[in-house]
Amino acid sequence: MITSQERAGGKALFPGRAMNPGGMIGLFIVGCVVLLSLLAPWISPHDPGLQDINQRLRPPAWPDHPLGTDGLGRDILSRILHGARISLGISLSAAVLSGVVGVSLGLFAGYFGGILDGLLSRLADIQQAVPFLVLAIGVTAVAGPGLLNLVLVLSVTTWVNYFRVVRAEVLAAREEQYVWAARAVGCSSARIIFRHILPNVVASIIVVATLLIANMMIFEASLSFLGLGVPPGTPTWGRLVSDGREYVTSAWWISFFPGMAIFITVMGINLIGDWLRESLDPRSS
Amino acid sequence: MPGYVFQRLCHGLLVLWGVSVIVFLLMHLSGDPATVLLPLDTPPEEVEAFRHKMGLDRPLPIQYLFFVSRVVRGDFGYSYHYRTDALEIVLQRLPATLRLAAAALSFSLILALPAGVIAALKRDSFFDVAVRVLVLIGQAVPGFWLALMLMMLFSVRLRWLPVSGYTGWRSLILPAVTAGSFSMASIARLLRSGLLEVLGKDYILTARAKGLSSTQVLTRHALKNAAIPAVTMIAIQTGWLLGGSVIAEVIFAYPGLGYLAVNSIGYRDLPVIQCFVAVMAAMVVVVNLAVDLIYAWLDPRIRLYRNDH
Repeated sequence: MITSQERAGGKALFPGRAMNPGGMIGLFIVGCVVLLSLLAPWISPHDPGLQDINQRLRPPAWPDHPLGTDGLGRDILSRILHGARISLGISLSAAVLSGVVGVSLGLFAGYFGGILDGLLSRLADIQQAVPFLVLAIGVTAVAGPGLLNLVLVLSVTTWVNYFRVVRAEVLAAREEQYVWAARAVGCSSARIIFRHILPNVVASIIVVATLLIANMMIFEASLSFLGLGVPPGTPTWGRLVSDGREYVTSAWWISFFPGMAIFITVMGINLIGDWLRESLDPRSS
Repeated sequence: MPGYVFQRLCHGLLVLWGVSVIVFLLMHLSGDPATVLLPLDTPPEEVEAFRHKMGLDRPLPIQYLFFVSRVVRGDFGYSYHYRTDALEIVLQRLPATLRLAAAALSFSLILALPAGVIAALKRDSFFDVAVRVLVLIGQAVPGFWLALMLMMLFSVRLRWLPVSGYTGWRSLILPAVTAGSFSMASIARLLRSGLLEVLGKDYILTARAKGLSSTQVLTRHALKNAAIPAVTMIAIQTGWLLGGSVIAEVIFAYPGLGYLAVNSIGYRDLPVIQCFVAVMAAMVVVVNLAVDLIYAWLDPRIRLYRNDH
């Protein structure tokens, strides 16, 4: 149910609505993951890079190696905790970078329309015709794997998500009375776009960003798994899963736990995204 | 309708042109393609000769024209690794990937269609809650990890299915489940919410009031309308399915396009990779075109009112 007040005020960021249990679980999961990754250097039982050939391929055992060790005797729990920083960092920075590009282009295309809009929309179509992994393979084949290339590939392939949503919202907002009013009192286009329209589309941007961060985590992990992401030795979650590939018959824990970390985190982010989407979009409830 | 078909065709061609630019620029991404194509210890004069021979010393637009004129004749150049025509190698692997993508799509549809429909009809029932939880899991599980876990369970422990390679339809099962799980979750979710929205509409109430049976209401009135977002989703999923099939192919050593492409990165086999990107994108364009046409058939409003752009 939407009250008339809420309707008149447009989409408030957090409308007075009870939080659903899914959203709470999501916030709890993501809160824990962020906290653990920040505390990683202090709570890790071992050095994540420390190799100990005597301790290799140990199954999970309390308290020495709660999640076991990998083929080089490195502690899996410590590697997961440290990997969280890199995996979250990459996903977050890629989501922000592609957001800056996608949102600005969407604002301009939606507001000015015309040739600019036509060109950008076709560009978005072309971009979407090349599946993410396919483009990533092409780019890494030439540019080589690396942290910066990874963030760039992720951003280049995902700006369209923001662009489409923002453009559609701006197209609708352009005809709203508050925009006409702003124009009538002589506001410049830039001022109308950034001071009047942008605040009204922030809600949608946050929803897109949240769901995209979740996708980014899977993308990053997939690329690192294929050896197209971070350089070898960097403990991102995708790398950790791929470390266990050759031990699939003997040591299940090497791949299992990092994968669980990805799965739980992505699910947490998705839960928050769904909750945000539901509470920001009255139609979906 | 013919106008609409023509307009979608033009759009498809435009997108293909854009893809050709991307594929062309791939080669120039590293700055100088000669450094990518030649061994590291090539003497400078040989590099120069190579650049001249390949036309790399000409302006980019001219190089692009040469590139396109070759590509439209199906000439992507010779593979450095396999020493034969790049397109030939890629097309050789294409049927295997199409088979995998078809299997993955069938897997996701067979599970997603009944799950989405029943969940919507029996809203908030135990089944509905179960479907929603499965959707949540399906959208969060990383494909490559799922693949490893399935392999561990069904191939290594239980020995029911082959570990890798292609030895008949049984080799398709695990890769298809891997590549299709995300799509299954997305389609089920969209079908459920689409159907819930449609079921609340006035015309459904009218149909019920006229005395139609629940089955008739569902099949004749509700499903066709609820299918529209789901069909769009299937179009979007093509990219995901093809991407997911790359992962599945690599893990299960399935002899398709994705496996070829990832191996080609190791060989820096640029013609094969360019051809791979072009063929994958062309498939997405064709599927999107088909979906646009199905879409128009499902919903007359689209072909009648959306001709303006």
